[in-house]
Amino acid sequence: MTTTATTTATDTATDTATTTATDTATASEEETTPDERPIGFGRLLRKEDPRLIRGMGQFVDDVSLPGMLHLAILRSPVAHARIVSIDKSAAEAHPNVVAVITGEDLAAQGLAWMPTLSNDVQAVLATDKVRFQHQEVAFVVATDRYSARDALELIEVDYDWIDPVVDVRSALDQDSPVIRDDLENKADNHIFDWETGDEAATNEVFERADVVVSEEIVYPRVHPAPMGTCGCGANVERVSGQVTLWCTTQAPHAHRTVYALVAGLPEHKIRVIAPDIGGGFGNKVPIYPGYVCAIVASLVIGKPVKWMEDRTENLVSTGFARDYVMKADIAATKDGRILAIRTNVLADHGAFNGVAAPVKYPAGFFGVFTGSYDLEAAHAKMTAVYTNKAPGGVAYACSFRITEAVYLVERIVDCLAYELDMDPAELRLKNFIKPEQFPYETKTGWVYDSGNYEPAMRKAMDMAGYAELRREQVERRARGELMGIGVAFFTEAVGAGPRKDMDILGLGMADGCELRVHPTGKAIVRLSVKTQGQGHETTFAQIVSEEIGIPPEDIEVIHGDTDNTPFGLGTYGSRSTPVSGAAAAMVTRKVRDKAQIIASGMLEVSVADLEWTKGAFSVKGDPSKSVTIQEIAMKAHGAGDLPDGIEGGLEAQICYNPENLTYPFGAYICVVDVDPGTAVVKVRRFIAVDDCGTQINPMIVEGQVHGGLADGVGMALMEIIGFDEDGNCTSSSLMDYLIPTALETPDWETGHTVTPSPHHPIGAKGIGESATVGSPPAIVNAIVDALKPFGVRHADMPLTPSRVWETMQGNHTPPI
Amino acid sequence: MQVPAPIEYERATSVAHAIALRSQKGDEARFIAGGHSLLPMMKLRLANPKYLIDINDLEELFYIRENGSEVCIGAMSRHRDLLDSDLLAKHFPIFLDAERVIADPTVRNRGTLGGSLCQADPAEDLSAVCTALDASCVITSSEGQRVVPMHDFHVGPYETAVQDNEMLTEVRIPLRPGGGSAYQKVERRAGDWAVVSAGAAVWIDSGIIVDGRVGLAAVGSNTPSIEPAAEALKGATPSEDLFQRVGEIAANNCSPETDGRGTAAYKTHLVQELTRRALRTAVARSQGQEV
Ligand SMILES: Cc1cc2nc3c(=O)[nH]c(=O)nc-3n(C[C@H](O)[C@H](O)[C@H](O)COP(=O)(O)OP(=O)(O)OC[C@H]3O[C@@H](n4cnc5c(N)ncnc54)[C@H](O)[C@@H]3O)c2cc1C
Repeated sequence: MTTTATTTATDTATDTATTTATDTATASEEETTPDERPIGFGRLLRKEDPRLIRGMGQFVDDVSLPGMLHLAILRSPVAHARIVSIDKSAAEAHPNVVAVITGEDLAAQGLAWMPTLSNDVQAVLATDKVRFQHQEVAFVVATDRYSARDALELIEVDYDWIDPVVDVRSALDQDSPVIRDDLENKADNHIFDWETGDEAATNEVFERADVVVSEEIVYPRVHPAPMGTCGCGANVERVSGQVTLWCTTQAPHAHRTVYALVAGLPEHKIRVIAPDIGGGFGNKVPIYPGYVCAIVASLVIGKPVKWMEDRTENLVSTGFARDYVMKADIAATKDGRILAIRTNVLADHGAFNGVAAPVKYPAGFFGVFTGSYDLEAAHAKMTAVYTNKAPGGVAYACSFRITEAVYLVERIVDCLAYELDMDPAELRLKNFIKPEQFPYETKTGWVYDSGNYEPAMRKAMDMAGYAELRREQVERRARGELMGIGVAFFTEAVGAGPRKDMDILGLGMADGCELRVHPTGKAIVRLSVKTQGQGHETTFAQIVSEEIGIPPEDIEVIHGDTDNTPFGLGTYGSRSTPVSGAAAAMVTRKVRDKAQIIASGMLEVSVADLEWTKGAFSVKGDPSKSVTIQEIAMKAHGAGDLPDGIEGGLEAQICYNPENLTYPFGAYICVVDVDPGTAVVKVRRFIAVDDCGTQINPMIVEGQVHGGLADGVGMALMEIIGFDEDGNCTSSSLMDYLIPTALETPDWETGHTVTPSPHHPIGAKGIGESATVGSPPAIVNAIVDALKPFGVRHADMPLTPSRVWETMQGNHTPPI
Repeated sequence: MQVPAPIEYERATSVAHAIALRSQKGDEARFIAGGHSLLPMMKLRLANPKYLIDINDLEELFYIRENGSEVCIGAMSRHRDLLDSDLLAKHFPIFLDAERVIADPTVRNRGTLGGSLCQADPAEDLSAVCTALDASCVITSSEGQRVVPMHDFHVGPYETAVQDNEMLTEVRIPLRPGGGSAYQKVERRAGDWAVVSAGAAVWIDSGIIVDGRVGLAAVGSNTPSIEPAAEALKGATPSEDLFQRVGEIAANNCSPETDGRGTAAYKTHLVQELTRRALRTAVARSQGQEV
């Protein structure tokens, strides 16, 4: 078993997880031998891990400044109510309390409301009404965290109950209470309608199709639940007006600009620092009321203030994900040629439209619901509504709603396979976009950059032993056992994005990068994106290393500090490698070009006579005459003349505007066993073949895939943010919001093919969200397949034992 | 970080000391054993005791021993001790079955038998285990001791027979020949509380069930001991039919509710299914089969 030659499209199951133990052993041995460390791309242990594994990470909650005060937030106990009065006198009298601030206090400063990332407004602290359970109502600042919490209980709030809107399906009913009466002339709970594709053409295809299959498919509300909760430390210096914010943000630059625009703070006086942030998954893209409260508190009190939410606050009030009710229709010929897909979606956005998506894409990139198939027509309609639930909507590794889109298409294709009595793998193979069709424009206008789907699918089937599994299934079914095999094939659209189309609050989605090579040939690269565990400190060092031949360990990666990095929009939607990774490659090429001119002076030949081999320029035809990049770096900073017109130093900065998104894809196969007596699902095997183009560090790619697959198991089997009929959140702790453990997840069997992106400088595509996007449909398809003997064609997540059993009894009901 | 309200705290040095402190402070005080039920509730501020009496130093409550016709377990025995006990594994394999699926190793290293029974959460697995085994609880006060059978120990959800001036000190399980026991649990995820659990114990003589009991968890306001199930088992010959019938009796004698863990219908079904499975294994074990 080898761990080195893993980046070709033809290698077979070499990196399957069936031999996990040996894998790791071999890998770590090789990777700790310095001579075998790659210069550039290849398997390399993560540079950030020694710090994190030894407990020496520096997280937001570790930030402690002299005199720092602690802030705690009072939250609404009810989902919908008018605030009649607030009495804060008892809290103010608490000996350790410094300040108690209500919405009214903020309103006096014009700070009670703030804009969301989708041009809506959200209450920082409620003034008129509370609109979801656990909404922010007041905050206390005290000398310690315990006192701040204690004082919350001393604040008396009188609420006047209003019926909440909990069921998204009734949000637009005539008699539904209007949640957003703060908005002028708002008489209903409607947010927006959106549509894509050609409705008339699609309906025409449906009319002449042999087979039409329809299903309502629900993607329930889930939560990213990062290990580190959200929070910040704010320090506003009274004299200089300098604002420093240590914050759990995935997008420090975007946050800084938003603070400048919203609060009118001068942007050069704002510094946002995101140290280690403890996971993100999109949960740390929005600006939360707590951040604003901490800044205001520090401004008013003149001391540094820390706010860290607890686990419950994180689950009940911060950016959730999904919550789509999708009616889907698929049209096909009798022999399984898919002709068209149409869908009508009802989207629950909660009490404020806090979706983080490019402005022109209110439904994110849901338009890729046509999947990996060559269709004649497609159409989607969506209506987004307010409900009395926490705001959010784009989070949990969702690639801007691609999770929902992929789930929709991969589920409805399976429903079609069920009706046609066709093998779901065969049905997919028959309908794939062909390699020669790329770049391929979908019926909803997305241009897939590159793809080669059939080999990936065949590889997954080979690794799984697909035909053998189907034979086994027949035998088991004959014995009354419930075994299921699920197939899913996804195409993602990641790396937002071209600035002509994509911006967030007017900020274009291009990213800067700056590289400095020091005199001794060590380097420092500064990124606009921000790691939350993806391994930027390793990957980006390897990108620079690949381009300039300096070993990765000699390259320091700086990120997450607006004063020390170039502008860019941050890490989410799998955009770091597609956008910032490209920037890193391009800036390095710029530096290398300069190095080449300096080298020509050193070797006294013309630039055109030089040849680059990783790490050195040599004279064409005379390899003995060469200078290393380290020697060039010293020359660039050293004594003596440089070629005409060349300044000293060896550094550059660029801003990369991507030409298109990148379109990673993958083929996933899942095998489950369902206990017929208890309906407990056991995921027996999971095979994942991913294609993210060029792989920079295959070990990190695998890690991203492993994590995403575990997410998928969570969503498919157990995760849901639920509400009772009064709008109380029933998933307010990790006792109720379940996250899978090693015992629910099988040994992952991973493989890959490599189809580079034609427009990305190194051919790389995103990998951060592929597995989260692709695995839920594979698992659900497997469970539904296991339940085939019961005549089951569809069942909604989370497929807990109870839901599976009810489905077996013919009592399936949607989760929301 | 979730933080509890202010508390006063004292470490008891003996059972007598603990009981004296408890009597003095009344219902504002709580014992803290493993803390794995009490502390989470305090952090969520669902429980707000003013005074905590730590009983983790009470060496005299850490034991598992055979005493004539009984096995006696000190109230401070941790889940981990129950899991590792050869004595329990030999006589009551139901403990091993249950302890493997209670919480996770971190919780099991601290949580105690006494705390589990006194928490009186209807989903507490050890309550079902003790019910199936016909255990009794030794409750100590400054006046002396009283022994309460399991079916009188829990007087309501989160309520036990232990008074403000008392402490649970020991659990006693009768040792009888021909015994076999087993535990079955369905959980949504490893370490989660039961959707439903069923424990069963039988004592068999010459092929006839002399005595048999079923204990359930998470199916009603209190962990019920199913008397009709015991009646049906008494004097019966083990068979799949019998297990099925007793499973149905158990299902008809509990009152689960629909919640995030499952629907009432599903839980009722599980009671039947898991009781049947537990009985089958318990009988096989009483006959010396390894299961
Ligand atoms: C993540 C997690 C998962 C869990 N999963 C499960 C599970 O699957 N199944 C399960 O059964 N349990 C589960 N538990 C509960 C666990 O078993 C607890 O340890 C147990 O319920 C309580 O034991 P303790 O010693 O920690 O009690 P404590 O929390 O210390 O005390 C609980 C209560 O009992 C009282 N008390 C304690 N000892 C005595 C005594 N000797 N006399 C009188 N009163 C006393 C205390 O005052 C308190 O009111 C879980 C707990 C956690 C945190």
